[in-house]
Amino acid sequence: MSLTDTTTALDQTVAAGDGALIRVPAGGELRIVDLHGNQAVDTLLYDARDIANRYSAFDTIREQRAVYLTLGSRLLSQRLDELAVISEDTCGRHDTAGGACSQESNVIRYGEHTRHQHACRQTFLRYGAAAGIGQRQLGHNINFFMNVPVAPDGGLHFADGLSGPGKYVQLRASMDILVLVSNCPQLNNPCNGWNPTPVRLVGRWSA
Amino acid sequence: MGYHHDIPGGAAWSATVRAGRAVTFTALGDGANLVLLLIGGDRVDRLNLPDTLKAQMSACVRAPMVLMSDRGLALASVTGSSLDWHDALTGFTARAGLVGELVKHGLGEADLHGCVNVFTKIAIDDAAGLAYVPGHCRAGDTLTLRTEQDLLLVAAATPHPYRPGEWPPAGVRVEVGIAEPAGPGDPSHRFRAESARALDQTRKALL
Repeated sequence: MSLTDTTTALDQTVAAGDGALIRVPAGGELRIVDLHGNQAVDTLLYDARDIANRYSAFDTIREQRAVYLTLGSRLLSQRLDELAVISEDTCGRHDTAGGACSQESNVIRYGEHTRHQHACRQTFLRYGAAAGIGQRQLGHNINFFMNVPVAPDGGLHFADGLSGPGKYVQLRASMDILVLVSNCPQLNNPCNGWNPTPVRLVGRWSA
Repeated sequence: MGYHHDIPGGAAWSATVRAGRAVTFTALGDGANLVLLLIGGDRVDRLNLPDTLKAQMSACVRAPMVLMSDRGLALASVTGSSLDWHDALTGFTARAGLVGELVKHGLGEADLHGCVNVFTKIAIDDAAGLAYVPGHCRAGDTLTLRTEQDLLLVAAATPHPYRPGEWPPAGVRVEVGIAEPAGPGDPSHRFRAESARALDQTRKALL
C-alpha cells in the first residue's frame, strides 16, 4: 500500500454475536465486509462529541423519502445533522425499520424458550457502556445487509438476504462519530441465513 | 366524567394515563396529524416501533395491533379506528414541543423515539419510496387505544412534514375513559401469537 494521507487505521474481525465500538473521525471511511454472506450487522451511530445527538432511523427515512438505505443515503441524527453517508455499497440495500433483536423481543416473536439467547441489544449495551451509552441512549438502528421488504398494502416481513460473501458497505463520517456494532447472533429467522458468521471492519483515516 | 381536552393545531401536550383506560383521539379538521410518543409506567421503557411492526408484520399502525415497548411489554392496544393506516415510518419534525413536554416529566431529548403519526397515511410504492396521501384523514376520524399499563403520553398536533398546508393545522381532541375489560375474545390478543405474548408478558409484569 502506498503512503498517502489516509492509512488503514483499523482492520478487525467481529465474530458472530460479538460487537464493537469504533470512533471514526470526520472524513474517515469505515467498510463493513459481509465475509460469508447474509449476515445482519446491527449498527448505531452517535455524534462523538454528544451522544444525545444520535442516529435516527425514521428521520433518515423521511428525509430521503424511501425506506431502504443504499449508496448515497445520508444517515441523519435526530437533530437532522448528517452523521455519515453510505459512500460505497456492493450489496444494494439495507434495512433501518426492523430494529435490533433483544432478549425480550425474542420472547415476543419466538417464545419464552429464547429469552436467554444472545441478542443485539445486549451487545449494544455491553460495548456502548464505555461511551456512556445506556438503555435511554439506544435509538432505532440500521441493519446492514438485512432485507426487510415493505409493501404498498402495508405489509412488512423479514426475508432472505440480498447479500453474499465478500459484499460490503462503506460509511464516510460527516463528523467525528461513534459506530456501535452488534454482529447479529439471531438464530430464529433468516436475517443471518440461520447461521451467524463473522464480519470484517476496515477503517481508513488519518492516524 | 372522563378526561376531555382539545389540543390546538400546532401545540404539544402530555398526560399520564392509568392502565385500563380507553384513550380516543379525534381529528378536529381534515388532514390532522398527531405525533404520538408512548412511555411506560417506569419512565424508561418506551414505544419501540420496529419491534411493534416486525412482530405483527406491518409497516403501519392499525387495529387491532398491540404497541410494544423496548422491553417487550404491551403499552397499549389499538382497539378501534375509523382509518386503516396510521404512519409509523416517517418520524416527526416537532422536536422542540415534544422535548418541552418530556422535560416536564423529568425526561428529555434522550427519550425521543419513533412516533406514530396518527391519522396520516404515507403510501409505500413498489420500490419502497414514500408519498403523502391527501384526503386520508377527515374531520371526525378517530383512533382508540386501550392502555395496558400506566403510561405517559406525549403528543404534538403538528402537520406531517410531507403535507403542504395552511397554518394553523387541525387540532385533535383527546378523551380518556374507563376501557371495556379485555375479554377472552379480545381482538388484539387474538390478532397474532406475538400480540398475545406481549399482552401476557405485561399482565405477568403487573402482577
